[in-house]
Amino acid sequence: MAEPFNMKRYLRPDLTLPFCVGCGCVNVMSSFLRAAHELGHKDLSKFVFCSGIGCSAWIPSPYIMADSLHVVHGRSIPVAMGVKLMRPDLNVVVFGGDGDIAGIGLSHLIHAARRNLNIMVVMVNNMIYGMTGGQVAPTTPFGAKTTTTPYGNFEYPLDATRLVVAAGASYAARWTTAHGEQLTESMKKALGTKGFAFIEAVSPCPTAFGRRAGFRDIAEMLRWFQDSSIPLEQASKLTEKELVNKIVVGEYVSREVPTLTDNIYKTLKEAEKIA
Amino acid sequence: MQGNEACAEGAMTAGCRFYAGYPITPASEIAERMALRLPQLGGLVVQMEDEMASLGAVIGASWTGAKAMTATSGPGFSLMQELIGYAFMSETPCVIVDVQRAGPSTGQATKCGQGDVMQARWGTHSDYASIVLAPNSVQELFDLTIRAFNLAETFRTPVVVLSDEITSHMHESIAIPRLEKIEIVNRRKPSPKDNRFFMLEEVAPMPSVGEGFNVAVTGSTHDETGRRFTADPVVHQRLVKTLVEKIMNNVDKIVDYEAYNIESCDVGVVSFGCTSRAVFETVELAKEKGTKVGFVRLKTLWPFPEKIVREMAQNAKAVVVPELNMRELFYEVDRAVHGAAPVIPVNKVGGGEMITPEELLAKTLRSVK
Repeated sequence: MAEPFNMKRYLRPDLTLPFCVGCGCVNVMSSFLRAAHELGHKDLSKFVFCSGIGCSAWIPSPYIMADSLHVVHGRSIPVAMGVKLMRPDLNVVVFGGDGDIAGIGLSHLIHAARRNLNIMVVMVNNMIYGMTGGQVAPTTPFGAKTTTTPYGNFEYPLDATRLVVAAGASYAARWTTAHGEQLTESMKKALGTKGFAFIEAVSPCPTAFGRRAGFRDIAEMLRWFQDSSIPLEQASKLTEKELVNKIVVGEYVSREVPTLTDNIYKTLKEAEKIA
Repeated sequence: MQGNEACAEGAMTAGCRFYAGYPITPASEIAERMALRLPQLGGLVVQMEDEMASLGAVIGASWTGAKAMTATSGPGFSLMQELIGYAFMSETPCVIVDVQRAGPSTGQATKCGQGDVMQARWGTHSDYASIVLAPNSVQELFDLTIRAFNLAETFRTPVVVLSDEITSHMHESIAIPRLEKIEIVNRRKPSPKDNRFFMLEEVAPMPSVGEGFNVAVTGSTHDETGRRFTADPVVHQRLVKTLVEKIMNNVDKIVDYEAYNIESCDVGVVSFGCTSRAVFETVELAKEKGTKVGFVRLKTLWPFPEKIVREMAQNAKAVVVPELNMRELFYEVDRAVHGAAPVIPVNKVGGGEMITPEELLAKTLRSVK
């Protein structure tokens, strides 16, 4: 019989996780590690983690027992690209928040999908800049009150998952932390994807978002996730107006396309013929 | 060979096997040369979506054990500053070539400038020490690019090659020594039981990812093992002090210059890059007029070779600092001279015009009248 999943096995000993009570980062971390466990990874010695700035950037760094590069805000994907290109044999995984990945680092996300850079990106979308205290994000729902939109958000949120699908991602899925099983299954599929794999995990931030958006506790936030989630198949039957501030969940794409490292090393063979 | 091409050849000779960049005049030929030649040596060249991504990819590649480089000009150099700070803080060796053009902002993209002297020293926020080399010929673009890699690997720090449009776009013959005669420094690797990879005065050994060290790299304040300390004053002070001192305690090993007539001169000149090429003729012209001109030609701008500059100033009646900007190196020379002689700036910006030997002669002679 397979060994039961034990998250601690993948973490550095003697460190306490830094997340607030109710923070979804713990769920995302556990989903990812469970996926790695179920795929048979006894340790993460063949993994390199890259992350930028924000609460979710601390999921791998330094808590997960593996190599990790905790870099500047927004640039985790380019750093991951440098690693992956030179070490295509390693699994390179990026963790980042919506501010890091879909705000300051958005162009890198699009280009990584376009190149089919064979890394996995987990975007923990808490709809807010949490670490800095709750400022409006490019993913904040329309109308939501934040510290920098005290009268309500007057901008529309970005759909990062649909964006990476359009840009050429090999795998993309969105779930909330209220969809634990589906999230883990998608993590497994993403880890098994040959090309660019993107997971958007909509995640509660009770401290910096929920409080001001009018949620009394974490349970209420998770209920909101469940109530406003619409499976992808059903969403196509709804009008744009009906989909405002809804969370469309599911697997958006799963396809096999030659990867960036396949393609670049092929050109290397051409160059070596000339040398 | 063209200066930018010589720079690329120097990089490959030094062992560079990863290049990431973003097109920009007047540095693009470096990327083009690398794109053609590096894959023939088994290395990779990628064009990124911007300069932050370029230096980001270089930093990622460096942590796989590869020697890695990017090249840009002023506007791109501005965008890279944050990651230069990261490379310094995380002790990631890498080489950044800045082929200066006339700014600020877009300025004159095809015209020479030397206005990035202070940015190369202080461009990223907060406290750090920079190593900046300043070639003045195609030969030196080859030689100093190799030295930049050697210094980057020795001190585990980003090193800037500060060229300029004129030096990089010149065509000159160069002599490439036999490979075995070229000094190449490779990074010190940890032994299997090591777990202290940062913040050591003697420069910590650098593991690569994928080697089983479980290395935690961060730009946040950290201790020797890479563990974050986001509020501890003692750890922060120790970290920043160590990182600065590992460079500043080795100034004598890093600084490099050429010095002429410094023991006995009527007037001294301090210069670098393309501008320094005119000084040699000024020295000759002045000699004909009976004035002895001393000359310190800087090959490292930072750390600043202040001892030799001060020495020359003590023997001279004035020190002249010609540069293609509105006074940058001048302030550092003035600080080094420390009142031993008046320091006279000679400045010009724009249009790609150099300071001519005759102009410099006139200013030099006037300074000792």
